[in-house]
Amino acid sequence: MVNYIWLGMIVMSIVVAGAQGNIEVITKAAFEGADTAVEVSLSLIAIMTFWLGIMKLAEAAGLVKALARLVQPVTAFLFPSIPRNHPALGAIVMNLSANVLGLSNAATPMGLIAMQELQKLNGNSRTASEAMCTFLALNTSCLTLIPTTIIGIRLMYGSQDPTAIVGTTIFATACGMTVAIIADRTFRRIYNWRRS
Amino acid sequence: MFELINQISRWAIPVVLLVIPLIAFIKRVPVFETFVEGAEEGFSTAIKTIPYLVAMLVAVSVFRASGAMQLMADYFSPLLDNVGFPAEVLPHAIMRPLSGGAALGIATDLIKTHGPDSFIGKLVSTMQGTSDTTFYVLTLYFGSVGVRRYRYAVATGLCADITTLVASLFIAHVMFTT
Repeated sequence: MVNYIWLGMIVMSIVVAGAQGNIEVITKAAFEGADTAVEVSLSLIAIMTFWLGIMKLAEAAGLVKALARLVQPVTAFLFPSIPRNHPALGAIVMNLSANVLGLSNAATPMGLIAMQELQKLNGNSRTASEAMCTFLALNTSCLTLIPTTIIGIRLMYGSQDPTAIVGTTIFATACGMTVAIIADRTFRRIYNWRRS
Repeated sequence: MFELINQISRWAIPVVLLVIPLIAFIKRVPVFETFVEGAEEGFSTAIKTIPYLVAMLVAVSVFRASGAMQLMADYFSPLLDNVGFPAEVLPHAIMRPLSGGAALGIATDLIKTHGPDSFIGKLVSTMQGTSDTTFYVLTLYFGSVGVRRYRYAVATGLCADITTLVASLFIAHVMFTT
């Protein structure tokens, strides 16, 4: 699916730009996009290194396993394929908590650590595992209690009630997250049924 | 309530930073050495994401700059007008799963033009605060471990994004139209 979306975006862009007579924007935009990508990756080096160090400490102290045990009832339902008390569960919970609190520079490293653990269970395959799909479904639809960035922008442009959107945001995310969990289960079943 | 959540957000990382090394120390873990040992992989993990992110962000960048995104928005807007979805907000809805930065830029622009307390301003604020940048997250997370076949993850993400969009529109109409 991602192959079609990716190719579709590129083909459509070049056709539209060509037809509108401003094909020159394509080259510039392509290199700008590549530039941004490298910048994002490089900025990850620092926070990734930091959180990997902290997580190693947490693991050595037995804290990751303890956290995994604590959330066992919920994670056993969501991630049936992950063994009990596996460190991946600890990292997943920490990633989702950081998301909820809006701590983006802790959330991403935790998420990548969780993916590393899940990839070990996946035997270093090139294909996503079921647990990875579920984790990303939760992660991309995850609730943030206080959307600080947008509240800041509303305040900047003189809103009388900058936090008026917090309730509506929580409602809309809750709907999205519910559908994400249902869709994940449904697609998993369809996928496995088709394969067998 | 907000104040409480705000305080928790502010304290979360400092507390984690205090508690983890302290407990590790009590359990006789050599804290400094263990930290460094774990941190070693930080560089390679970050660098591994470059090819995946370049592929995704180049496509997103040309899609936006070429005018293809605007064309798509113009094409669909009469249809959405019928269900009470303002045409001005559609570019934001299209960009939201693709690029966090671009979506935020569009939201800021709409809030500036229409006012933060207008219906459009509140709707776009709600949409900005909900779901994450699905394609970016998928590319980054899968890329960091070298996974190339995403199976049904994209379909799941899109289902959630569409639901969030519809739910935002619905709740904005319930709460913000007088």
